[in-house]
Amino acid sequence: MQSQLPLYPPEASNFAPHVDALMVFITSVCVFFTAGITIAIVYFFFKYHRKAPDAVGIPIHEDSRLEAAWMIVPLILAMAMFGWGAVVYVDYRHTPRDTLDIYVTGKQWMWKLQQPNGLKEINELHVPVGRNIRLILASEDVIHDFFVPAFRVKMDVVPGHYNTMWFRPTKAGRYHFFCSQYCGTNHALMGGWVTVMEPSDYAAWLSGSSGGSDQVVAGEKLFAEKACITCHVPNGTGRSPSLNGLYGAQVLLADGTTVTADEAYIRESILQPNAKIVAGYQPLMPTFQGQLTEEQILALTAYIKSLQSQPVPVKGSGIAPPTGKK
Amino acid sequence: MPDTHYLNATYGYGIRTWLLTTDHKRIALLYLCSVTVFFFIGGVLATMIRIHLLTPGGALVTPETYNKLFTMHGVAMIFFFLIPSIPAVLGNFLIPLMIGAKDLAFPKINLLSWYIYIIGGCFVLYSFGTGGLDTGWTFYTPLSSVYSNSAVTPAVVGIFINGFSSILTGLNFIVTIHTMRAPGMTWFRLPLFAWAHYATSLVMILGTPVIAITLLLAGLERMFHLGFFNPALGGDPILFQHLFWFYSHPAVYIMVLPAMGVVSEIIPTFARKPIFGYSFIAGSSIAIAVIGFLVWAHHMFVTGESTYAALTFSFLSYLVAIPSAVKVFNWTATLYKGSISWDPPMVYALGFIGLFVIGGLTGLFLACLGLDIHIHDTYFVVAHFHYIMVGGAVMGYVGGLHFWWPKITGRLYPDSLSRFAAVILFVGFNLTFFPQFILGYLGMPRRYHTYPPEFQVLNVLSTAGASILALGYLLPMVYLAWSMRYGKVAGPNPWPATGLEWKTDSPPPTENFHVTPEVTWEPYDYNSRPDLGLAAGKPLAPAHGDD
Repeated sequence: MQSQLPLYPPEASNFAPHVDALMVFITSVCVFFTAGITIAIVYFFFKYHRKAPDAVGIPIHEDSRLEAAWMIVPLILAMAMFGWGAVVYVDYRHTPRDTLDIYVTGKQWMWKLQQPNGLKEINELHVPVGRNIRLILASEDVIHDFFVPAFRVKMDVVPGHYNTMWFRPTKAGRYHFFCSQYCGTNHALMGGWVTVMEPSDYAAWLSGSSGGSDQVVAGEKLFAEKACITCHVPNGTGRSPSLNGLYGAQVLLADGTTVTADEAYIRESILQPNAKIVAGYQPLMPTFQGQLTEEQILALTAYIKSLQSQPVPVKGSGIAPPTGKK
Repeated sequence: MPDTHYLNATYGYGIRTWLLTTDHKRIALLYLCSVTVFFFIGGVLATMIRIHLLTPGGALVTPETYNKLFTMHGVAMIFFFLIPSIPAVLGNFLIPLMIGAKDLAFPKINLLSWYIYIIGGCFVLYSFGTGGLDTGWTFYTPLSSVYSNSAVTPAVVGIFINGFSSILTGLNFIVTIHTMRAPGMTWFRLPLFAWAHYATSLVMILGTPVIAITLLLAGLERMFHLGFFNPALGGDPILFQHLFWFYSHPAVYIMVLPAMGVVSEIIPTFARKPIFGYSFIAGSSIAIAVIGFLVWAHHMFVTGESTYAALTFSFLSYLVAIPSAVKVFNWTATLYKGSISWDPPMVYALGFIGLFVIGGLTGLFLACLGLDIHIHDTYFVVAHFHYIMVGGAVMGYVGGLHFWWPKITGRLYPDSLSRFAAVILFVGFNLTFFPQFILGYLGMPRRYHTYPPEFQVLNVLSTAGASILALGYLLPMVYLAWSMRYGKVAGPNPWPATGLEWKTDSPPPTENFHVTPEVTWEPYDYNSRPDLGLAAGKPLAPAHGDD
């Protein structure tokens, strides 16, 4: 791919320039100190080389000002590194609202990636330039990690709960992605390619690709098959709260606290229904732990998300009164 | 050579006088032999890893075997070589000598800890021999506790058992340093090697129980399907990482603090002047041990841990860098106006500083949250911790062996050859591991048996370096062994150095000192020690600070 020896991978996301700038800053500080210490040692070594076999050095014990200086100056530089790194990290961990959501499921030793319209890819990911992309990461077995060097970001994919990561691709092209958390025999083969496309190309690719059942449709079917619908009646007359408008809203719980209904909350409510009980409802729901695959949970979640725009019943909803979707 | 010393004091050289000895010096040699065996095993595995990575597709073994190679390399090197190396060999041998004691406080417990180490080691070797181990030395769950098909259980049991060896050694050192110092050996006259071991012992006795419990839980989950870490049984895999790193990060300081102690002895000896900033170096050892317990979750910045936790652990990780920096600055300042020689131990010590500086500074990259999201779990990390643990700890260990070899064996080794070996080690090490920093930044993940072709050039460089590095380790093994019979007789204090251990015969008698010594001088003080036979006392250029 490259004939010469590059020192850094292509810069293809909003984070890449920031991470590279941090790298240059910290490298400069470190090269400065390494060079300083090396020069001092080499200089002293020759300058004060033993002149006679029985010669001793001149005793100099301590200098507290010097000690203070070489504690404070490194501390200030370290705090600069900490602060700048924190800014980049907080940005990375704080997903913007307007995102294109891709569901990513890792299993030994492959990745399944689903576009919002349900189109599935294996070890391939197509995304448009300039959009904020959010990956919702789930694992079927052990811990994996989704890593795109060209985007300078990674996130562990942990069984039992969802992690999310986001980035905004800035340059069209094809880039490696890797599993970077050791996950067993074929860990090294658990990678693929991210294809970043111009938005028009992406739209054409999305519509031109056939196959891939709609996530929402699959979720709706499961919602009926698993008899969720018998209790979660849309108009709020069931034994359980209506799910209309739920996604992204604040839910009032029996203990008086509220929680944002995000993917993690929905997942937890499916697998451990008694973990958080909606105010005014009884803990009736059975657990679906072990009865649904990660992909089925994702499909159900997608269906519940699609209900976001449905009318919220006045009664029979878990949504906290004053605020709806932020 | 003295007529009787600890090596020949008992009748003959019978094996039983070794296996039942309670002499700390003999136990140190038992450890020396056994950690060398594990170093050799770990080294052979490392060599196979580097040969395999010569080609992008993998040149040598299957993926399963490759995963076992790096796992067993890590387990052998960390738990059975690096952690016991300096404390159980050099610390065991030297701490009683340095403080003027006849032995450690609990000689029988000292022997017991060696047997525990051997039993733990046998379990791990059994695991290696019966299917091997493919979980990574980190044993992350649920891979280790549910999915792995390799011999995890005996390995976990072996490491659990071995932990007690570490705890007992730490306990022995702490009690010995507190209660058995010779008259006049005040806390601030202690050699910095003893300070470093005191700090190390604190980490050993406080941290080791946690790894023991953690691995036990993982083992129970594997054997009896108890749900601690497996989400399918209601466990939390991230909990394992918190527990694991609570010990395994401080364990890095178990490996490197003693090496810092070694260097703090070598530098003033071969600069022939007191160490600069004694109390700051001593205090920084304790600071590293304490703060080192509060940084563990910097291994987990991309697990999805809360942003606040990440900010806290990043901040604390930067704090722990400061006491390490203080040590390096003080060592460098000690050279100023010294009378510096380039005897082999000094060459190793200066090599240590060079490699440790790079290893320590690259820790700043990983502690940086915004950078860690890119370089976490890549070869950058591999390079970083090898600079600390091999460049630092092993260089310190080998340097320490060279420094105290005349004390341990009574004989000297070839001068130029050993200096040459130190240079080979330094060059080979950098050639092996520096390219891995670049590989990591380019995005090559750790623990890959195959990699994209664009990473090949750097991997070939690294393997080439490894072959030089291997020579750097084999040379000392050969000439040190050779010197035991043919080396020049060293005499009690060949360098000469200021510590109490050099006031007795080489090799020392079984009871260490014929007469209990009394300390009347400050540490590393060449100017009030006419007994060293140096130019001390003769008029020198004026200087501030005297004793």
